Amino acid sequence: MKGQNPMEIIKDSIAGTLESSDVLVKISPSSTREIVINSAVFKQFGKQITRVVTETLDQLGVATGSIVIEDKGALDCIIRARLQTAVLRASATQELNWEKLS
Amino acid sequence: MKLRRSMLFVPGDNAAMLSTSFVYKPDSVMFDLEDAVSPREKDSARLMVYQALRHPAYRDIETVVRINSMKSIFGPKDLEAAVRGGADIVRLPKTDDAKEIQELDDCITKIEQACGRPVGETRVMAAIESASGVVNAVAIATASPRMMAIALAGFDYLVDMHTRRSRDGWEPELFYARASVLHAARAAHIDAFDVAYGDVTNDEGFLAEVNIAKQLGFNGKSLIHPKQIELLHKAYAPTAKEIDHAQRVLAAAEEAHRKGLGVVSLDGKMIDPPVIDEANAVLLAASAS
Repeated sequence: MKGQNPMEIIKDSIAGTLESSDVLVKISPSSTREIVINSAVFKQFGKQITRVVTETLDQLGVATGSIVIEDKGALDCIIRARLQTAVLRASATQELNWEKLS
Repeated sequence: MKLRRSMLFVPGDNAAMLSTSFVYKPDSVMFDLEDAVSPREKDSARLMVYQALRHPAYRDIETVVRINSMKSIFGPKDLEAAVRGGADIVRLPKTDDAKEIQELDDCITKIEQACGRPVGETRVMAAIESASGVVNAVAIATASPRMMAIALAGFDYLVDMHTRRSRDGWEPELFYARASVLHAARAAHIDAFDVAYGDVTNDEGFLAEVNIAKQLGFNGKSLIHPKQIELLHKAYAPTAKEIDHAQRVLAAAEEAHRKGLGVVSLDGKMIDPPVIDEANAVLLAASAS
């Protein structure tokens, strides 16, 4: 994990929308880290989306949690931002550590 | 000299707009974290804008972030996102006096130092939206070396003045504010943006207002829809006659310089530095149109 202090997922959260070019991220507590990615463009961009999601979670120090990604063709920067938002909303941390963000 | 005719508002929580606004080629993109974003989405919009600022698509376009008031719980966090994300300009809404700009300047300096940006790199635009702001426009415009423009925001200003918009192309209710803001900007040698035009279906009304702004001397307008960009750029484009005159002015000035002449005239009129500056501005606008 790249994150210095692990960020604990303590409650359910949602961020984003199902509109075109956006992504809906749903997070809930879990004893392991489980990632599910649903995307109409998974065949072309699945590896890239998976890499962005994994990197973002690692940077925030998210070791456990159920993370469901419903992608509607979002750019990497949108996926990153929505995922960071969902993690923050699901954790006890209210203050963002900017140094941890990619 | 940077051309600043069009400054396009992009709601900070709108993924589609954040992903495409650069293709419309406004002179500046303004990511909005204030009025366009509901309180419960402020956190998400802040991160969306932070990430968009770092996207390669926005590397070659001037970026502005409209933050929430620094007195709100959102403003200081928005400022972190804007400065750390690399925004060229921070737009402070509802600026009433110079002290607000000086305090903002101090906050930006601390963030620049913390994240390694050169101190002073982030510029500031003040939005004037009240009678107090209009009265204090000169002090606001000169409050910090970071100041690069003043923008007049019409809706809140007119509410503060106990009036409302009249018909397009007339608008006496905005005349004093426009003139005051513009004079403050020119005295401070910074840019001035006119109000946004809210009815995106009314091209005629929009152009009537653009003509007022252009004639008064505003650099450009805040825009709320991409379709307004081309209309605005066309209206601000110099005519063939203006371009021809500008080329002749510069040619005459160059010839005078070559011959070592201090003073030169064209068609019986003296060409001095302001005339040369104006000619350069006309050719810059022409090249971008």
